[in-house]
Amino acid sequence: MSATEFQKLASLFPDEIVTHSYVQDIQLPGGAGTFALITLDNGLDHSKPTTLGPNTLVELGEVLEGLKERAAKGEIVGVGVTGKPYFLVAGADLSAVKTLKERDHGLWMAQLGHSVYSTLANLGVPSFAFINGLALGGGLEIALQSTYRTVSTGAGALALPEAFIGLVPGWGGVYILPRLIGPENAVKVMIENPLSNNRTLTGPQAFELGLADALFEPADFVEQSLAWAARVIAGEETPARKNAVDPSDEDVARRWAAAVFAGRTFVEAKTSNASPAPAKVLDIMEANRTMSQGESAGLECETLAGLMQTDEFRSTVYAFLDLVQKRSKRPAGAPDRKLARPVTKVGVLGAGLMASQLALLFARQLKVPVVMTDIDQARVDKGVAYVHAEVDKLLAKKRIKPDAANRTKALVTGSVSKEVFADADFVIEAVFEELNIKKQVFAEVEEIVSPECILATNTSSLSVTAMAEDLRYPERLVGFHFFNPVAVMPLLEIVRAPKTDDAVLATAFELAKGLKKTAVLVKDAPAFVVNRILLRLMGEVIAAFDEGTPAEVADTALRPMGLPMTPFTLSAMVGLPVAQHVQESLHNAFGDRFPVSQNLQKLIDNGVTSLWAPGPDGEPVIPAETLAIMSFGNNPSTREEVLRRTQDALAEEIGLMLEEDVVAGPEDIDLCVILGAGWPMFLGGITPYLDRVGASERVNGKRFLEPGVASAPA
Amino acid sequence: MSPSRNAQRSVRDVVFVDGVRTPFGKAGEKGIYAGTRADDLVVKCIRELMRRNPSLPADRIDEVAIAATTQTGDQGLTIGRTAALLAGLPRTVPGFAIDRMCAGAMTAVTTTASGIGFGAYDVVIAGGVEHMGNHPMGSGADPNPRFMSERLVDPAALNMGNTAENLHDRFPDITKDRTDAYAAASQAKLAEAYSRQQIQEDLVPVATKKPGQGWALHTQDEPPRPGTTVEDLAELRTPFRAHGRVTAGNAAGLNDGATAAVLASAEAAAELGLPVKMRLVSYAFAGVEPEVMGIGPVPATEKALKNAGLTIEDIGLFEINEAFAVQVLSFLDHFGIADDDPRVNRYGGAIAVGHPLASSGVRLMNQLARQFKEDPSVRYGITTMCIGLGMGATVIWENPNHADFESSVQASGQTTTEGAAA
Repeated sequence: MSATEFQKLASLFPDEIVTHSYVQDIQLPGGAGTFALITLDNGLDHSKPTTLGPNTLVELGEVLEGLKERAAKGEIVGVGVTGKPYFLVAGADLSAVKTLKERDHGLWMAQLGHSVYSTLANLGVPSFAFINGLALGGGLEIALQSTYRTVSTGAGALALPEAFIGLVPGWGGVYILPRLIGPENAVKVMIENPLSNNRTLTGPQAFELGLADALFEPADFVEQSLAWAARVIAGEETPARKNAVDPSDEDVARRWAAAVFAGRTFVEAKTSNASPAPAKVLDIMEANRTMSQGESAGLECETLAGLMQTDEFRSTVYAFLDLVQKRSKRPAGAPDRKLARPVTKVGVLGAGLMASQLALLFARQLKVPVVMTDIDQARVDKGVAYVHAEVDKLLAKKRIKPDAANRTKALVTGSVSKEVFADADFVIEAVFEELNIKKQVFAEVEEIVSPECILATNTSSLSVTAMAEDLRYPERLVGFHFFNPVAVMPLLEIVRAPKTDDAVLATAFELAKGLKKTAVLVKDAPAFVVNRILLRLMGEVIAAFDEGTPAEVADTALRPMGLPMTPFTLSAMVGLPVAQHVQESLHNAFGDRFPVSQNLQKLIDNGVTSLWAPGPDGEPVIPAETLAIMSFGNNPSTREEVLRRTQDALAEEIGLMLEEDVVAGPEDIDLCVILGAGWPMFLGGITPYLDRVGASERVNGKRFLEPGVASAPA
Repeated sequence: MSPSRNAQRSVRDVVFVDGVRTPFGKAGEKGIYAGTRADDLVVKCIRELMRRNPSLPADRIDEVAIAATTQTGDQGLTIGRTAALLAGLPRTVPGFAIDRMCAGAMTAVTTTASGIGFGAYDVVIAGGVEHMGNHPMGSGADPNPRFMSERLVDPAALNMGNTAENLHDRFPDITKDRTDAYAAASQAKLAEAYSRQQIQEDLVPVATKKPGQGWALHTQDEPPRPGTTVEDLAELRTPFRAHGRVTAGNAAGLNDGATAAVLASAEAAAELGLPVKMRLVSYAFAGVEPEVMGIGPVPATEKALKNAGLTIEDIGLFEINEAFAVQVLSFLDHFGIADDDPRVNRYGGAIAVGHPLASSGVRLMNQLARQFKEDPSVRYGITTMCIGLGMGATVIWENPNHADFESSVQASGQTTTEGAAA
């Protein structure tokens, strides 16, 4: 590693948006001397976070070298690093790192970071990070490599999310953090948080953990941080680091090992070790307890270089940046939003559990009157009472304030008469999943509402096209498919029937935004996207089971994919009758690709709700009486065979969905399974995984995505 | 019993507890506060006051009065209230905005002080701000055409530089040589005060960020030009009148800055253990012809002295705002005080340090309070300033460090009025 190599690396990124390192000399209060303050700033507004690319790091390194010389001459007494408003720095430029073709380039990138940060850590004068805002990954590591840290109470999102991204906190974070805040807290920050929906820390939380030495409010954060630095330099203040540990201490060594072990258990539970990165974080942390920082740095760089070349990392960047952060904000195929009509009142047909969840969501997010109807007063009252009780729960948890609770409750009313829909702009049905019933209620509603009122169906398995057929104004019907639990799941499949017009569709997308859901446009096709893929997957596994594969083998065969739950657990959670119902409609539409399991039907007929039940020692078993109901073939498969046939089935099904134009492209399939089924980002959703394991080529003769999109560049 | 039946109401003593200000900047794109918001400057002052007075519970503040001459944009939206919220004071603390042009902060002080005297408040924050870079003087104003058509005010009086030239016409004895000499002395006195650390103690460091430069910290005033000589000043243009007398050198500049002070009733100060830097003796405002607004401090001071039962000979220190040297000299000539009298503007004045319009009143008070502490031999001092559209403002203060102070507080503490305000 040399300056030449770093320059060579930097020259690979001529278009990098460079985060500059601006230096200002500050005369510290109280005559404490001259302090050089570096501001990391890309010159753009807060919608463009500052990132660390090779050119940025080279510039920061040169600036730090210059300050090191000034420190040696006695010109400065300290160096500070802070950021433009709202950001310290968001971390490494992942979209750039993703494009690094050669392992050596990744290694240089890792070494470049270490070289720059090591200068910061060894300036000859103390260094201070003033964490004014967001600091992720390499951004937070700048702070960790500084001698001292202050943090703003207004700083949002402090984290080392590398384990989630597919990397390790390899610019010193994995070495410094356990020493600074204790091994248990370090595992929490480096493992548990990233793997729990990529959770982050607030400024006060970071201070509480000991990650920062002082906490100041945003109104005069820079001034107070400088005043604090002056007192530290003058020896008037010494931070108390209550959680800091000495790794050579025997007791700490025991805690260290226990924390790593707990981390491994957590990773196993969350990911089935299907992605290499989290375990690598723990490997390095385990090894570096007895290492010098330099030794650890070597290990960190080698590990980073390896991980940067993995498709799990590239798929995560694709899923996280390209899909969840970008594509989700500009849904493919959505009409011009200017066509959208205002929605000032919402009607909900039905007052059952789904309907009540919808009513709560609409009232809370849109803050417009929501009226529910059902066939008798008792059902209506129950629905409204459910909403009110849920609001009270939110209030008790302090998720909302009393005024907001009053407002939301007042917005939700019920009636047995559909006349209350007369002035509604949007009426959604959540009645029994039966085509004739839905057509009947829509026919009644059409007698009451204005011709412009949008009608929406929350059906998961029926044809929206068929539902629109006898409507007076079929262009007003749109599918609005939520996922359970409605308040939590971020995906909304918006279903366009052949006659659905653009204004209706545009309104549906604006509504989705108002409801804080990510909407994906899907064609009216059986079970749309998420359920079709999930049931194709479950169908394969259950078929293998029916053929005689032991339950334990069948149900764990997909472990290498790291899905959030096993197929049998998933079907129990969805409810066996619901799963069977959707499977039947898919079977009717597509035939044997969706086999209807007789065993499953027998379970349903006998009132069994789950294949697995807790055994005597707590381990899940299939009770003998459950087994007795079912019959099996004599053609068992191995785990590998079940995995492969499932991969192939998914590749086939998704290939067909794309041929049928169910969605605009494989990216939408991936977005749907990430947000609607919680599939992991290291699979890239699903199509990058199917490309990676060769299923796409095997079944369809071609990849879903071009090389480089979510995998190594060609 | 209804309040109107309240036969006796005591007037309470009002004390100046503490005051701070931001370093003043030059208005305009190159100034240190270009790109910084005016309300943020006020917030820094309020927060510094709270830090410097830890025994003052934030919820004991009864009012936040902040002055600004232009009350739009970052100085709009009832800046006393917005600044209180932005400073993190409890939501129970009210606030309001106030305007009397250059005497804004001074009026914020006198208005809230009156409320304290009356018993409506125990503790207040009063101050002012002017970001003249963001709000050039008079911008957005729409003077009534009747001023011109009915010759109510000479349009030239809306330009402060013209009024200063008018003052020279009225007092021919005040020559350009005298104003330039006064201005050079102001610069020299400020430089001297800086070297003795007499200014810095009351400054709030302000961090600002400019595009392409990163965060910088400002701990001293930007406008001063130490070393300015009368020869330098003699060469400056006279922008308001060809061959005139008023120049950029013998007048205050266009500036950005904010100030804030804590005032309290003497009882509340004692209860909360707050320092007493000055006691309010009396105040007065007076109107004069708008065309010679600079003469305003003369009638205002006479009125304030009369209210206090004092004479000009009783005043040991003068903090007079230097909008223009000619205006200061007209005041000194009127009262028979020498141009270089050591009682006047010991730390220099606005000609050197700058004059962000509505903020300056509290700067005068900060400086008088510090001089009181340095010089216990002085019993009374005044802060006074001229005001656009023809006004003057004067506040008389007593030095708590003076030997006779306790007896005066005792005496005035017993003052009562017969339901005067009922």
